[in-house]
Amino acid sequence: MRHLAAILALVLTPLMGQAEEVVLGLSSDKVAITADFNGSDILVFGAVKREAPIPEEPLDVIVAISGPSSPLMVRRKDRRFGIWINTEAVQVDAAPSFYAVATTGPMKDVLSKIEDLRHKISIPQAVRLVGASPQVSDPQRFARAVIRIREKSGAYQILEGAVALDEQTLFRTSIALPSNLTEGDYVTRIFLTRSGKVVSDYETVINVHKVGLERWLFALSREQPMLYGLMSLAIAIAAGWGASAAFQLLRRG
Amino acid sequence: MQIYLPIAEVSVNAFLLLGLGGMVGVLSGMFGVGGGFLMTPLLFFIGIPPAVAVATEANQIVASSFSGVLAHLRRKTVDLRMGTVLLIGGLVGAAFGVVVFNHLKSAGQVDLLVKLCYVVFLGIIGGMMFLESLRAIRNTRRGTPPKRKKHGWVHGLPFKMRFRTSGLYISVIPPLIVGVCVGVLAAIMGVGGGFIMVPAMIYILGMPTKVVVGTSLFQIIFVTGFTTMLHATTNYTVDVALAVLLLIGGVIGAQIGTRIGVKMKAEQLRILLAIMVLVVCFKLALDLLITPTELFSIGTEGGH
Repeated sequence: MRHLAAILALVLTPLMGQAEEVVLGLSSDKVAITADFNGSDILVFGAVKREAPIPEEPLDVIVAISGPSSPLMVRRKDRRFGIWINTEAVQVDAAPSFYAVATTGPMKDVLSKIEDLRHKISIPQAVRLVGASPQVSDPQRFARAVIRIREKSGAYQILEGAVALDEQTLFRTSIALPSNLTEGDYVTRIFLTRSGKVVSDYETVINVHKVGLERWLFALSREQPMLYGLMSLAIAIAAGWGASAAFQLLRRG
Repeated sequence: MQIYLPIAEVSVNAFLLLGLGGMVGVLSGMFGVGGGFLMTPLLFFIGIPPAVAVATEANQIVASSFSGVLAHLRRKTVDLRMGTVLLIGGLVGAAFGVVVFNHLKSAGQVDLLVKLCYVVFLGIIGGMMFLESLRAIRNTRRGTPPKRKKHGWVHGLPFKMRFRTSGLYISVIPPLIVGVCVGVLAAIMGVGGGFIMVPAMIYILGMPTKVVVGTSLFQIIFVTGFTTMLHATTNYTVDVALAVLLLIGGVIGAQIGTRIGVKMKAEQLRILLAIMVLVVCFKLALDLLITPTELFSIGTEGGH
């Protein structure tokens, strides 16, 4: 009996801790990359479920979608002997291939610094630089460079005010996934905040994968590289011969 | 029409790729160069990852060179014997070049070395060809008959062999050495090496320009085929979808280019190639000298 009580307490504590909960819907939880894939819009919508009356403080919603992370080598050019060459290099431990944060208002109003550190929500939190090499001064420059370059290419997006919130209950936003998407699990997190403090969070996964011919070619190139290479060469030779023969016919005809 | 490339993992316009392939194919058929030294930077520019661009480019060159060689074979402008000798040297050189490349990669700065290689070689070759062709064109205008080929040091070496198509009776040592040198450079720079091979055949071996183009294409097929297999099996960076789009344009372009090339005078052909080589050289040199707008660059771990 004591055991049961303990288990019940364990199960109930987190539930009781969150007075407000997210009920989420996604326009699709799978993105299929086909041969004519040209980006995809994901509609994230949901409602806030609560047992108690709505608190005084206004509610804010943050939606963060993160692509698969991988380590990166970031290099910096410098002028040596009159030409620009790579001099410094820093390994960034993990940086997502895609990252989008959508909020109901300005980032600094909806999320406090401490809560951002705890939940790792904003873009600078997503680019991790742990074991920086000691011979480089201010390694954070390199992490900032990654963010700058990827924001410019559209891989990292801050969409302040892009989440619409009705009656402090219904929210929705649309996030555009770019056409140069990499395969993997895209972790989608929803945070409910009040005066910068996270009061509830929810996590789900959007699965992005190649299908059909794309899938088949990718798998073949990894599993049967020899066969894949020979196939590439055979196609090249056939195409070269075909064009030559076709032109020969044209000239005669 | 957008196409998602399975290995490069980017989405690009199919017609843009067809056009690029066609343009480079024309040049390839005209000058007997694979076109890699032009195509690879163009692919970088439209956002294809460098590793995929280099590997796929090799595959595409196989197609356009094969198409070009067939056109040249019909005209009997391929010296198969000379091609084979060059090829033997080329494969030895390529294998050696891969070893050098990996060694430099572990030492870092391989990017810079490749670029410097390009600038130096393109500059020297382009400049020399340009001056020589200019002189030749001026001589024909004045009506001075072109001088008969001199008997240089090349003709004094042992192991002589008769290359009937080229009308040469020379030692096999110079073509072998040329083959090895081009092979090494081709492996390091990630190209077929036609733009080095063509001038070397004209100026060092003294082959007639008409035969040079076909013979160069002949050996490029094998060198780039070898490179494609190496990339496909070790780096998994050959993108068949990208290659197909490029080579459809490429093979058609190569046929057109060959026909244009046959109609043109040898000096004109050489001076055009020289100008093209110099333009690419100038562009690469500018990249090294001008302050870049973004000092930082992102590479994958371990890659270059």
